[in-house]
Amino acid sequence: MTLIQDPSLKSLILGVLALLVFASVAGWILDRRVSSASARATVDNINARIRAWWLMALLFVVAVSMGTIVSILLFATTSFLALREFVTLAPTRPGDHRALFWSFFVVTPIQYFLIWMQWYGLFSILIPVYVSIFLAIRTALAGDTERFLERSATNQWGLMICVYFVSYVPALLMLRIPGYERQAPALMFFLVLVVQLSDVLQYVWGKTLGSRRIAPSISPNKTWEGLIGGVVSATALGTAIWWATPFSPGAAALMALILTTMGFAGGLIMSAIKRDRGVKDYGTLIGGHGGVLDRIDSLCFAAPVFFHLTRYFYVP
Amino acid sequence: MIDTALASACRLIAGATAEWRCNPDSPAQRIYFGNHSSHLDFVVIWSALPWRRRRHARPVAGGDYWQQGRLRRYLASDVFRAVLVERESSSGDRAERARAAVEQMARAMGQEDSLIVFPEGTRSANGQMGPFKSGLYHLSRARPDAELVPVHLENLNRMLPKGESLPVPMVCRVTFGPVVPACPGERKDAFLERARTAILQLEARA
Repeated sequence: MTLIQDPSLKSLILGVLALLVFASVAGWILDRRVSSASARATVDNINARIRAWWLMALLFVVAVSMGTIVSILLFATTSFLALREFVTLAPTRPGDHRALFWSFFVVTPIQYFLIWMQWYGLFSILIPVYVSIFLAIRTALAGDTERFLERSATNQWGLMICVYFVSYVPALLMLRIPGYERQAPALMFFLVLVVQLSDVLQYVWGKTLGSRRIAPSISPNKTWEGLIGGVVSATALGTAIWWATPFSPGAAALMALILTTMGFAGGLIMSAIKRDRGVKDYGTLIGGHGGVLDRIDSLCFAAPVFFHLTRYFYVP
Repeated sequence: MIDTALASACRLIAGATAEWRCNPDSPAQRIYFGNHSSHLDFVVIWSALPWRRRRHARPVAGGDYWQQGRLRRYLASDVFRAVLVERESSSGDRAERARAAVEQMARAMGQEDSLIVFPEGTRSANGQMGPFKSGLYHLSRARPDAELVPVHLENLNRMLPKGESLPVPMVCRVTFGPVVPACPGERKDAFLERARTAILQLEARA
């Protein structure tokens, strides 16, 4: 076990624990004061979410402090579970079976293995180039042409979102930033923390002040008040922890603003897919939140952008 | 040990969420009957049962498949304690074989075991439930003391379609319905129709 040597990472972890304790106390107070039936349902859901947050935060903190391999395994498992939820909703036919088997048991492990090898050149093109070609061939060979375009495009997008995009989170560990050599785990922590805080804060602002809906046909819960309040407050928090990153305060603010905006867009896109498929949640694995994809939707779309911006501007 | 590991592995691949509309932990002897679309069906039902009930739940399976090879034989006899029956399609007098199979199942339940059966007799190719064979009717008459629990399996046909040997992970749903009450003196066709409808109702509400 690699003990946490980076003092700023230690501070971030303590900060998260403090936040969780605060949330649990707030949830407990809400629980004692609530009276009406509809508010009761909301408060119960909030408390279920907080309990799930404890579990997810502990998993993440343990993985980060155990080092690169465990972090990679955590996100590989996340990809596996997310892809399982995605494929369940996809309009697959028996002709997709072999291609899907490859996606789960060959492509996903190879993608994370490449990240462990730190082979940037291949990890960044494996799924968009080689796998997209190979899986299309495999599906075509199965000979079923019914809705072929829809099926192969859906399966490819599932791999992009659930595996390729998610794998960018542990890929941050391979970045060698001058003057920040041993602190890559803190950079990963910064990404996950800002994106997830933005989700929570958008929810809190939306529940308290929200009235003007952004896209009522996609999600009744996304309001302009929630978006602006969440993005502004999460950006402020991201700026406030600039000392844990290789960024200057100004750059940290800009990064946090991009992350929160991308996170919002990710949530919107993944909600649109859910409406298209006629479901409310991707699954039931995480109490109060829904499925794994419901929780990581914002992370999926923020992680690749964050990785490439950091790599372009900070890695020589 | 092995059965717990196997049940966990099954839940990882099948992500099965079990929904109960009857008491999951009832000590009564039961006949769980479900729609059949893949080789994994009984494993999924078996791993969805509470641990204490799982030890007493014996799947009924085709001997021709489970007696091939050492691994299958070991799994069938030592882990699942499967009741292996001769299929009706084997040679010989069909009615005689069916009667023998029902007798074997009724005996296998003994004093405390439950059975997992698939009354269609064979896997459906497209996920649509076929007609029931008469085995369930004769079994229920041989063991009138057992509770009949309908089980609906969703997505299993997509997880392991007929003709494939490797499963693709899916979020499957297992719904255990309310116990189908016994109607003494009921005719065979009426009973089978009632049992089949019990599963279809779970599908409609799922």
